[in-house]
Amino acid sequence: MIERTIHVTVNGRRVEKTVEVRKTLADFLRDDLDLTGTHLGCEHGVCGACTVIVDGAAVRSCLLFAAQMDGHEIETVESLAHGETLDPLQAAFHEHHGLQCGFCTPGFLMTLTCFLRECPNPSEAQIREAISGNLCRCTGYRNIVAATLAAARTRGASARS
Amino acid sequence: MKPPRFDYLAPRSIDEALGILAQHGEDAKVLAGGQSLVPLLNFRLVRPAHLVDLNDVDGLAGIRFDDGHLAIGAMTRQRAVEGSSLVRERCPLLAEAMPQIGHVQIRNRGTIGGSLAHADPAAELPAVVAALGGELVLRSARGERVLTPERYFVAYLTTAAEPDELLVEARVPVTPPRTGSAFLEVSRRHGDFALVGVATMVTVDEAGVCTACALALTGVGPTPVVARDAVRGLIGARPTPAAFEDAGRRVAERLHPDSDLHASSEYRAHLAAVLTSRSLARATERAVKSDGR
Amino acid sequence: MPAIGRSVRRLEDRRLLTGRGKYAADFRLPGMLYGAVLRSPHAHARLGEIRSKAALALPGVVAVVTFDDLGDVGRIPTRLGHQAGNVVCLQRPLASDKVRYVGEPVAFVVAESRYLAEDALDAMEVDYDPLPAVADARRSVESGAPVLHDAVAGNVATTLHTQKGDALAAMAGAHIRVREHLAVQRHTGVPIETRGLTAAFDAGTGMLRLWGVAKIPHFNRRVLADLLGHPEHLIQFTELEVGGGFGVRGEFYPEDFLVPWTARRLGRPVQWIEDRREHFTATNHSRQQYHDVEIGFDREGRIVALVDHFMVDLGGYIRTHGVVVPELTAALLPGPYRIPHYTAEIRCVLTNKTPTGTYRGPGRYEGTFVRERLMDIAAQRLGVDPLELRRRNFIRPDEMPYEVGGGALAQRTVYDCGDYASALDHALTALGYDAARREQDDARRQGRFVGIGIGFLVEKAGLGPWEYARVEVDATGHVVVYSGVASVGQGIETTLAQVVADELNVAPERITVVHGDSARVPFGVGGFASRGASVALPAALEAARKVRAKILRVASSLLEAAADDLVLADGAVHVRGVPDRKVTFRELARAAVPGPPDMEPGLYAAHFFEAPMMTYPYGCHAAIVEVDAGTGQVKILKYALAYDIGKAVNPMIVEGQLVGALAQGIGGALLEELVYDEQGQLLTTTLMDYLLPSVMEMPESVEVRILEETPTPLNPLGVKGTGEGGSSGCGATIANAVADALAPLGVTITALPLSPDRLHRLIEEHRLHARDQGPGH
Repeated sequence: MIERTIHVTVNGRRVEKTVEVRKTLADFLRDDLDLTGTHLGCEHGVCGACTVIVDGAAVRSCLLFAAQMDGHEIETVESLAHGETLDPLQAAFHEHHGLQCGFCTPGFLMTLTCFLRECPNPSEAQIREAISGNLCRCTGYRNIVAATLAAARTRGASARS
Repeated sequence: MKPPRFDYLAPRSIDEALGILAQHGEDAKVLAGGQSLVPLLNFRLVRPAHLVDLNDVDGLAGIRFDDGHLAIGAMTRQRAVEGSSLVRERCPLLAEAMPQIGHVQIRNRGTIGGSLAHADPAAELPAVVAALGGELVLRSARGERVLTPERYFVAYLTTAAEPDELLVEARVPVTPPRTGSAFLEVSRRHGDFALVGVATMVTVDEAGVCTACALALTGVGPTPVVARDAVRGLIGARPTPAAFEDAGRRVAERLHPDSDLHASSEYRAHLAAVLTSRSLARATERAVKSDGR
Repeated sequence: MPAIGRSVRRLEDRRLLTGRGKYAADFRLPGMLYGAVLRSPHAHARLGEIRSKAALALPGVVAVVTFDDLGDVGRIPTRLGHQAGNVVCLQRPLASDKVRYVGEPVAFVVAESRYLAEDALDAMEVDYDPLPAVADARRSVESGAPVLHDAVAGNVATTLHTQKGDALAAMAGAHIRVREHLAVQRHTGVPIETRGLTAAFDAGTGMLRLWGVAKIPHFNRRVLADLLGHPEHLIQFTELEVGGGFGVRGEFYPEDFLVPWTARRLGRPVQWIEDRREHFTATNHSRQQYHDVEIGFDREGRIVALVDHFMVDLGGYIRTHGVVVPELTAALLPGPYRIPHYTAEIRCVLTNKTPTGTYRGPGRYEGTFVRERLMDIAAQRLGVDPLELRRRNFIRPDEMPYEVGGGALAQRTVYDCGDYASALDHALTALGYDAARREQDDARRQGRFVGIGIGFLVEKAGLGPWEYARVEVDATGHVVVYSGVASVGQGIETTLAQVVADELNVAPERITVVHGDSARVPFGVGGFASRGASVALPAALEAARKVRAKILRVASSLLEAAADDLVLADGAVHVRGVPDRKVTFRELARAAVPGPPDMEPGLYAAHFFEAPMMTYPYGCHAAIVEVDAGTGQVKILKYALAYDIGKAVNPMIVEGQLVGALAQGIGGALLEELVYDEQGQLLTTTLMDYLLPSVMEMPESVEVRILEETPTPLNPLGVKGTGEGGSSGCGATIANAVADALAPLGVTITALPLSPDRLHRLIEEHRLHARDQGPGH
């Protein structure tokens, strides 16, 4: 087949679309669903700017085809905030200056969102390992790690309260 | 960097997948985790007429303990192997190598079979399977065959699989008692392909004398290199640092790695010697500590 | 509490964190077409026939543009670093009869999607007649080398000279002379967002609109107007979000002509987004220099002369930066040291490679490496401690302003102010230098190779000639700042808001900053060369002061009180001590038109801040490294840097710039290299081959000291500019640290990057050399 009709859940919303089979998941999200928060930095699986969460796992959307996503669940950066309220990770990035140009940021947020679900109380070393597959050219990473530590503490605090 | 046109097929069973491969063979590429194949498609370096997606095929994923072996389905995600307590307990060499493969996002989709079938000369898994003395199970509509790593890894990015064959399983022996293993690699950055990597298994007896030693290297040739002659001298003696270094030298002498963008031939050979020596030392230390369990 | 000096959290963040920021590729227009560039696969070839029939027959392919379609199109002019003779080396938007580098644009294809445009590229047929190529600048200047531009014999586009005093004579009289060949590799900015542009033409009004411009939009609009023959007032541009600039994004490239030209020709919007593979051959390279440098000292270890003959590898054409990069190397090569006699001779050499331009700290990453490496080598030969040798030669604060001897960017290099010895001390304290030396002694006893290195740098910032700002209070009482600066992600909106906030006593979060929109900002120079803080902020400050005066004038009239009795607070003005007698910004803005008779109507004012002279921030980097002599791998154990920027408007942003730049500096020292083979084929065309540092390659321990010891007298804020200080010192510092680590093995470092392979080879060479020398070596 060269086109496939897929039923996919994106950010909690069920979507039905017919796609050319060679269209990547990244392009599907950006072009067909207008979710341009997921960015393309390399299209060969290295920079991590295109990271989204598929069925609970952080993956590179430039290396998946939309046609493969029939029946699956996808979360993008647009799902993080609640209306105008930033989620704790986003708020921590803001507080700790974890972004400059912001282009790589959605990829980091999705990688870290997934990571913090699996590892809610990480050490600095664990955070570094978790983001080793996301490239940033602006920040030098230090504030991203600090923001993540802070977010983990905040989430832990609010989970307890 | 958008992929060229292809026809997409998503079989639901192994037989259906094998039927497609029997029909299309050379014109088809199998899509497993996609972490190696999709970049090639995006670069338009490969232009298959048909893409056969295995991700919906039942029965190709899973880790089983089966009569002294771990049987790992080809579509088992690398992340699943990384997190498997069965693998950690029964095959520590494999467990040690897993976190060094790429990054989490890659391991979330990448599969054991995909990495083996892609056969990158600097990949970790081919050398690990070779050091373990594992087996690769190939199936086609015509039947099944089982190959040793030496028979399976044929040339640069090439395995012995026929166009109508699918790698369905990798089997690795469980690690015997009093055995230590080590996987060491040097790469330019964390998570990159190895410049050179060494996978080592050392078994000792109660007296600390080496009774078995297996060592395989990645990054030093078009296929993983299993070092037999070079490590033979370690067997039957109590291992010493001098013996490790000697083994390293012997391994390096027998190598003729290519020079490329990332490392010269001479440097690769040198790394092979250094990493051989260091991994033998570490594996031996672990073997001695392992208490016969 | 004043906003200036406070780490105000960024106004830009919210839209970027929620994925709502629109970057070039996120911008959409109905009916938009997508472009792709057909690029030369040859480094040097005659260009023959281009056949597009098969491509045009593919579904969804709308047009193919070649040089013949463009008519009499001119060459892309230089913006900086002009040299009259270089016009013949400038690039046209498409190759005409010859291609001179792999990646040179040969045709522009437009289709209904990027997927289809790339299918069209596959179907294009081009006849090339390959010519011998030269990929090494040192070979390019030899006789018999292939000639790139007929008018430039010997491939040397320009020779530059800098002279202070009589360096040859002084060198001849030096007590000790130290000479070395030092080299920096080709590498470049590689932002995570590639380039991109959208253009749309309204045939009815003649308006040509562009989205996705960056860095120098006003200047580029003028270039486009001239090249297209289109009235400037009928070209509008809008910046979108920008994913990092680093010098390489925003210059006028061939695609910046092709996209609007095609949109105008087709009458449909056209978008072109560069992909990562083409980025490596299409976007400016930088940094590749070869130095033959000598330094002379008197008996007291004071520098008497510096002589540098060097070569810069320009690539196949000269682009918008002309020869400014080597100019800058020469201008700042002396660094913080008093050098009475100095000569630099530069050959700017053409090769069959991607053309070059500026990359963060252009010319200074290279020059700092050369100078600081030379100082360490000299210290060793003189038997003097490397810190002491530097202290002995620092220019003193009382010698400021200090004429260095050369010039760049059409001005003499004159350091405005500086206390170099203090910056050195701060860096050493931040590193824990004494403890580090003890740690090194322990490590050496254990047979480990630990080294400490420092690198002192003098940077430049605050390039003028001017910047424009307009501050306005609109009729709904909102404060808006319009600035001619451009954003590359550095946080300029926030710092502009801070400056105006203090002047008008309004919270920075309540201020809107507008930039990069030609309809709303009529003049601007742009965002580059670390000029945002030192040129754009003072412009906004002065404009805000003028508006403040107008606010008080109108309020005085309305409240019937003297201006001295009025207080600005929270978007209103009240009489001192009588808070109820007040008038809001909203009311004032409306009353200001036409307003009191002696005032220009409107609650707004503009200001051009002129900056004829640059400022010179400076600092010191220091690092502790460990080298695994078995594998040649380098681990940075700790990195410290102290940088004096005069005044930190937003310390958080300043620190972010320094750490971010440091990551790029580390990439340049250890990982990044654009590698060509002898046929001029670029081998590093993916992010697996061109190695950007990840978090794991950054040292875990980084200490930053922001110094404000010597505010500049050149602007009212005292600000110098931060953007480039974190990277420029890095190549030098890590090289010095590695050399120190391997000193017991007799290895010396003279080139970057310090890849494991290279270090292994150096260690081996010295081991074999020592063995051949016999025992006792």
